[in-house]
Amino acid sequence: MALEAGTQAPDFSLHTTPDQSVALRDFRGRRLVLTFYPADWSPVCTDQLAVYSELLPEFRKLGAELLGLSVDGVWCHLAFAKDRKLRFPLLSDFEPKGDVARAYGVYRKGEGVSERALFVIDKEGIIRWSHVSPIGINPGAEGILEALEGMEKVKR
Amino acid sequence: MSPLRPPLGPRDHVQGSRNAPIRLVEYGDYECPYCGRAYRIVKALQEALGHDLLFAWRNFPLSQVHPHALRAAAAAEAAGLQSRFWEMHDMLFEHQDALDDAHLLAYAELLGLDVERFARDLDSDEVAERVRADFLSGARSGVNGTPTFFVNGERYDGSWEPDAFLEFLRDLLTEPASPESP
Repeated sequence: MALEAGTQAPDFSLHTTPDQSVALRDFRGRRLVLTFYPADWSPVCTDQLAVYSELLPEFRKLGAELLGLSVDGVWCHLAFAKDRKLRFPLLSDFEPKGDVARAYGVYRKGEGVSERALFVIDKEGIIRWSHVSPIGINPGAEGILEALEGMEKVKR
Repeated sequence: MSPLRPPLGPRDHVQGSRNAPIRLVEYGDYECPYCGRAYRIVKALQEALGHDLLFAWRNFPLSQVHPHALRAAAAAEAAGLQSRFWEMHDMLFEHQDALDDAHLLAYAELLGLDVERFARDLDSDEVAERVRADFLSGARSGVNGTPTFFVNGERYDGSWEPDAFLEFLRDLLTEPASPESP
């Protein structure tokens, strides 16, 4: 089961390039969107991530940063991000493989990849919205935008 | 379920009758090769379904993947300001591999547009905002790539291979209208 709203988001520190890591705690004080996806290069997630990359200005207007996570290695991520001109970091949940996906309850053991799952995390590191897509269905961004806007309203 | 937001309105570029029983909306990108394929399929659907089909286009340029997509979308909108949206739409899809500014201006000329005005509109905030508004409406509606189709206000996740798509749409004609639909 994917972690649900109200749960403390498990911390992680993962490589985004061979010599750079990104940790959840780096984002304290900011909102964060985590998008877990099964694999670089597969056609479905490619479009999904391209759409999110286009929407980065909207996410930022709502106070959120965006991270992508899959079990692919950093070199694969670098080539993929460059090819698709993605403007947000891709994190490598590679060693131990799928550990972070497991902590968030979105690891698919049989296939050895993560679910296509979304988490919106608030400034205090609490999950405020999560969503797991059915296999082969590519989620849009409407759930993320609604979750972030809902948080805005709560604050005002 | 991902409903189309906002629903079809007077602002939309449409082909066919607004009272048609099947209302098909495509969110697309003029530089996307899949949209190029979908362009031919939509033409075939329009031929097969005639007056039963309304087709509308909304812009969803993936500008980071397709460097000319944003300008091409603006070109169609700028042509639209001279009431020639669909002519430019077709022109762009017929020449997907030539969407740089020099070509866009040449297409405007070929279509007999006021080219000076077209060039101004191409760079205008009005047109840029229109394209961005389409894009954001797509993001709100659950568009998850290009092309994404909406049929009678709901995202269509089925196959858009010509035979399967036509069959799905034809079946709608024989179903009794659902009580929720206006």
